[in-house]
Amino acid sequence: MVIVTGKGGVGKTTVAVALGMRAAAEGKRTIVCEVSAQENASRMFEHTTVGFHEVELEENLWAISIDPDESMREYVLLQLKVRAMRDMLFRSRIFNYLAAATPGLKELVTIGKIWELAQLDRKVKSGRKYDTVIVDAPATGHGVGFLQTPRTFANIARVGPIHSQAQTLDNFITDHDNTGVAIVALPEEMPVNESAALEHDLVNEVGVAVDRVYLNGLYPERFSKADAEQLTALAAAEEGASKAAARAALSEFGRARSQRAQLARLRRRAQAPVKTLPFLFEPDLGPEAARRLSKRLT
Amino acid sequence: MPKSPHLSEVLDGKEVVICAGSGGVGKTTTSAAIAAGLAARGLKVCVLTIDPAKRLADSLGLEELGNDARRVDPKLFEAQGIELKGELWAMQLDPKATFDELIARQAPDEESRDRVLNNPIYQQISGALAGSQEYMAMEKLFELHTEGEFDMLVLDTPPSRNALDFLEAPRRLTQFIEGKSLKVFMKPTGFAAKVAGRGATVALSVMKRIVGFDLIADLAEFFNAFSGMVDGFQARAKRVNKLLASPTTCFLVVCGPQGEPIDEAVYFHRKLVEAELPFGGVIVNKVHYPAEELCGGKVEDLPAELADKLDDEDLARRVTANFADYQALAERDARNIEHLARELRATGVIRVPYLDEDVHDLAGLAQINRYLFATGEERVAMAAGRA
Repeated sequence: MVIVTGKGGVGKTTVAVALGMRAAAEGKRTIVCEVSAQENASRMFEHTTVGFHEVELEENLWAISIDPDESMREYVLLQLKVRAMRDMLFRSRIFNYLAAATPGLKELVTIGKIWELAQLDRKVKSGRKYDTVIVDAPATGHGVGFLQTPRTFANIARVGPIHSQAQTLDNFITDHDNTGVAIVALPEEMPVNESAALEHDLVNEVGVAVDRVYLNGLYPERFSKADAEQLTALAAAEEGASKAAARAALSEFGRARSQRAQLARLRRRAQAPVKTLPFLFEPDLGPEAARRLSKRLT
Repeated sequence: MPKSPHLSEVLDGKEVVICAGSGGVGKTTTSAAIAAGLAARGLKVCVLTIDPAKRLADSLGLEELGNDARRVDPKLFEAQGIELKGELWAMQLDPKATFDELIARQAPDEESRDRVLNNPIYQQISGALAGSQEYMAMEKLFELHTEGEFDMLVLDTPPSRNALDFLEAPRRLTQFIEGKSLKVFMKPTGFAAKVAGRGATVALSVMKRIVGFDLIADLAEFFNAFSGMVDGFQARAKRVNKLLASPTTCFLVVCGPQGEPIDEAVYFHRKLVEAELPFGGVIVNKVHYPAEELCGGKVEDLPAELADKLDDEDLARRVTANFADYQALAERDARNIEHLARELRATGVIRVPYLDEDVHDLAGLAQINRYLFATGEERVAMAAGRA
């Protein structure tokens, strides 16, 4: 299992889908799990809806959007075995109060569903077996909190079924042989700081294995320093389109250069190996963009 | 392109500004830049962030922000050409400490306070679990507003994937500790069970099968310990909601120009309207301005013109290709922003351009500040390098 994490807006979904495509191309049966109500991964594949069921996107590649309410219904049914009893419970006010009000419960059942997907002996009737499960995790800030949920619950419930199940989930997440985390970062000052801090927390507080840091959106080096000097003069002297074009080129030059400095900082601060992914000058990042990125992944 | 309002007008007469939006769109920097702009105009302003990454502290050049407001050294801004006529204060919220303070304030006596603070379930939910941050942001905002030490409070919210959590925080908090139906935990039979509705006792026995008896017992103790504070919490939640809905409160939606952040901004705006909360406007960061606005859009002769002026055909080609790439992004941005303005029925959109340097220090913050507190025409002129 690979958990793709990072702060919001860094392209986690694109990287998760690209990793999925890569694994599928290698012949592994792969599922990409999206964890939140919005179906970004499915939108990438231009499927109408992916929802809370496993949808085949292409050969060897499936996707699912994990909805916590559905996960809860499925979980309780697996526990109770009897559908009527489950439905009775969901109708009861006290249960709904508790389920809605307990912080972290949604995260717990979501991780429970991911665990279930990763089992070779699936709990769900006629569940497909997957070789690789890729999780597009929620944005950080909440990222560490999300992965820490099982341990928190294991601590709250000191004994009993919730304790042992939360413990199972925690063991699953922190199993270095089978579960790895990939952090997605952007080549900017604060995202680099945050990614380094995130890696530290993931390793030291949650105890997961961080296998790789992807530095996403790296601008190409299109202009040399000498070019930039020439363009600076042009931008100052001219008006109109030449000025605008020169300024755009200088902007590209400036960003590419400051991003290289951030890349160097990230390489110094991160423990895991850093891999760069190019910025794509495209209006909309669809499946083809993910496919091109997937070819850059190793 | 929709016309661009002036931020000072939008915020005139407000006491609370809440910046909401998805992650990675520069919300923290925007919040700090707004606070600085208002402090420059003579107000005593406090900016609160609950982002666990210490982004704001970084932007303000502070080593660490505590759970108390600290004044930002005006010399820092002076060095960037911004004179703070008022005062700028900043605070990084510590959810756990805020929760503890809240319990201490609401508890009828020391014994009940300690029973809650020492309860293992309380200790877990107050610190570690997702959701408690949202609860506590609202709480701190309310506390500061009640104390009335500041003219203006600027709140940087968590990413809008949790927008609902955030808006519902006060209600959820009371629901969580509300005694009435949860008294069943303490007395699973008799009157309390009847209050909670028929089938509650059966439901409870089924739940015990799933979660185990000890957890239920711990929960019962937790709710028991809270029971004396329920009324206080409910009253407080009502007042928090009132503050959020007040005409002196203003929600600003912050987003980026890509499809996803725009969708989230639309979604968040809809939730605001549904909850009847005061929407003030929308700020789009990292916008690529179109050639139309930068230079009147006459780009047909660009390759020849550049080759002539640069006397370097290869460089001219690269500059032209790069400009085309930038314009493709600008077209996307314009399309998305128009969609956004339509959906929000916004009277105006404030567009902050994608700056050449990444914004992570006070110089960057000052630059954002100048864009935010400018007219639409001034913004275009700055983006085109004419001002």
